[in-house]
Amino acid sequence: MRTPIEPDISPPAAADRASTPQQSPGEVAPVPTIVGQGSWALAWRRLRRDRVAMISLGVIVAIVLVAVFAPVFATITGHPPNTQYRTTGLSPDGLPMAPSRQFWFGTDDLGRDILVRIAYGARISLGVGVLATGLTIVVGVVVGLAAGFFGGWVDQVLARFVDVVLSIPFLLVAIALVSVLGPSLTITIFVIGFFSWASVARIVRGQVLSIREREYVEAARSLGAGDVRVMFIDILPNVLAQVIIYATLLIPVVIVVQATLSFLGLGLPPPTADWGGMISRAQNSYTTSWWFIAFPGGALVITTLAFNLFGDGVRDAFDPEADRMTAS
Amino acid sequence: MIRFLATRIGLGLVVLWLISMSVFAVFFVVPSNVARTLGGRQATPQTIALISHRLGLDQPIWKQYLSFVGNALHGNLGYDYYHQVPVTHIIATALPVTLSLAVGASVLWLVLGVFSGVVSAVHPRSFADRTLTMTALAFYSMPSFVLGLVLLYFLYFRATIAGFAWFPAGGYVPFTQSPGLWLQHLILPWLSLALLLAATYTRLTRGSMLDVLSADYIRTARSKGIAERRVVYRHGLRSALTPVVTQLGIDLGQLVGGVVVTETVFSLPGLGQTAITAINQQDLPVIIGIVLFASAAVVVANIAVDVAYAVLDPRVRLH
Repeated sequence: MRTPIEPDISPPAAADRASTPQQSPGEVAPVPTIVGQGSWALAWRRLRRDRVAMISLGVIVAIVLVAVFAPVFATITGHPPNTQYRTTGLSPDGLPMAPSRQFWFGTDDLGRDILVRIAYGARISLGVGVLATGLTIVVGVVVGLAAGFFGGWVDQVLARFVDVVLSIPFLLVAIALVSVLGPSLTITIFVIGFFSWASVARIVRGQVLSIREREYVEAARSLGAGDVRVMFIDILPNVLAQVIIYATLLIPVVIVVQATLSFLGLGLPPPTADWGGMISRAQNSYTTSWWFIAFPGGALVITTLAFNLFGDGVRDAFDPEADRMTAS
Repeated sequence: MIRFLATRIGLGLVVLWLISMSVFAVFFVVPSNVARTLGGRQATPQTIALISHRLGLDQPIWKQYLSFVGNALHGNLGYDYYHQVPVTHIIATALPVTLSLAVGASVLWLVLGVFSGVVSAVHPRSFADRTLTMTALAFYSMPSFVLGLVLLYFLYFRATIAGFAWFPAGGYVPFTQSPGLWLQHLILPWLSLALLLAATYTRLTRGSMLDVLSADYIRTARSKGIAERRVVYRHGLRSALTPVVTQLGIDLGQLVGGVVVTETVFSLPGLGQTAITAINQQDLPVIIGIVLFASAAVVVANIAVDVAYAVLDPRVRLH
């Protein structure tokens, strides 16, 4: 049992201290423990506090789950994505059926279940979005690192190459390429990647130019680090924040481009379900069947909006001084 | 300045040359069956060979390319495979449509974007700011074809049913034929492009206005007792517009080849739709012509942006 004379040496709980601000004048304020935190941990903490970003992340996770568990939708409804319900799924006039207990999101012009097709379509959109963005980032980072790091003629040549790629009327040439090479998932990913790496390279190059001159790079050099080591161990991690911000905001752009190609008839060959293709089919009958266009269109908009909002949050988290929505 | 222009134009020509070669190369990856299509179903091999010969398709690719470049330098981009119409003529016919679309839309998005950007920057974190930036982002997240179809559904289909036949479903009427109909046909396409692109300008204007409004000379202007409206628009907006002008140049350049989707949704016979038709028919001369023309637009716009930058901001020296 403790006597009143004995001092209490156990540190007060943080919450208690905060709730009792009145301290006697002679008492020494306890020193708060300071825990070192990396910029990544700090960014994550700021992101956690950003309500909009967290909701968007929740939406993104939900869409990913829908994509992963697309077959579950087929099982629950009992409608495989490509089965045409010509009797139950079409009206006697052969028109799509409105949402009902049997077809939650209605049917399309061939009597297929729109809900199930949207779930399967999410796989295409997210898959292309992530893979093409990944490809873009890898190529862009390597080119940008090399251009910024080596400078001189390497930089000159790469910069000209970037200029050329950025002056190509992207959509036109992408359409031409896909139509010549034949539409497929791989082609779409490579075509998108081919046209998007240049901007990443430009951003990375700019960053590398300033980082290259820092003392710690010089220090690494004087310790005998080679080019490759300096590039990837000393410089790359410091460029990464910018790259991640860019990547998050690139995914929705890629998703839209893929959907656009599909919309223009250069998507995956039918009967594959993908959002752009569904909207394209709906073009002729949207006046009579709103659900045919509203659900795939809504899915597309919600997905891109969630990624854009989340990307904004990520940028704010890494760079709290930059005001929200300043640079794009 | 002149040296700068000369270098940039030289580089621009190199860019165009590289693009022309790439497009040529790409379309020779696959064997062309244009001659077969043109000959019809009953064409004998001799007929097909004859057609190939007439179109110059039996020549080796480098010879075809050289003759293309030779002609292009004389301002002749070749003839389309199907009707022997000069490609320059096809571009000249489609260009007014695309330009009407691009110029009208850009005026609209500039007004929308810059105005909402200024409002946001003058009252940062206010309700208006949050609403405007969220609205901008929502439109920015809409694929252009979704936005176009939504506009068509409500403003054409629903409105027409309700007895307000203000907007047609699509199509184009030349300005010279009827300015009123021209306008009527273009309002929805303009809106669908402008709402999409205004978002970028809202963000840009807001960001650069926030920077400018915290500058010392703005404080000076305010302390001199100049009316707030004048401070914001005369002193602030003027210098905040530099990045906006840059972006406008880039967007306008890209738009010439980038309005494919809008033209498709609203059935406007502009460059984009012409290109799509040509691509589907493997009409190589038309494809190359339009791609080169659109690339040239980007190159010219980029040079114009650099020059405008130097004019707007005297601190920038071109070299």
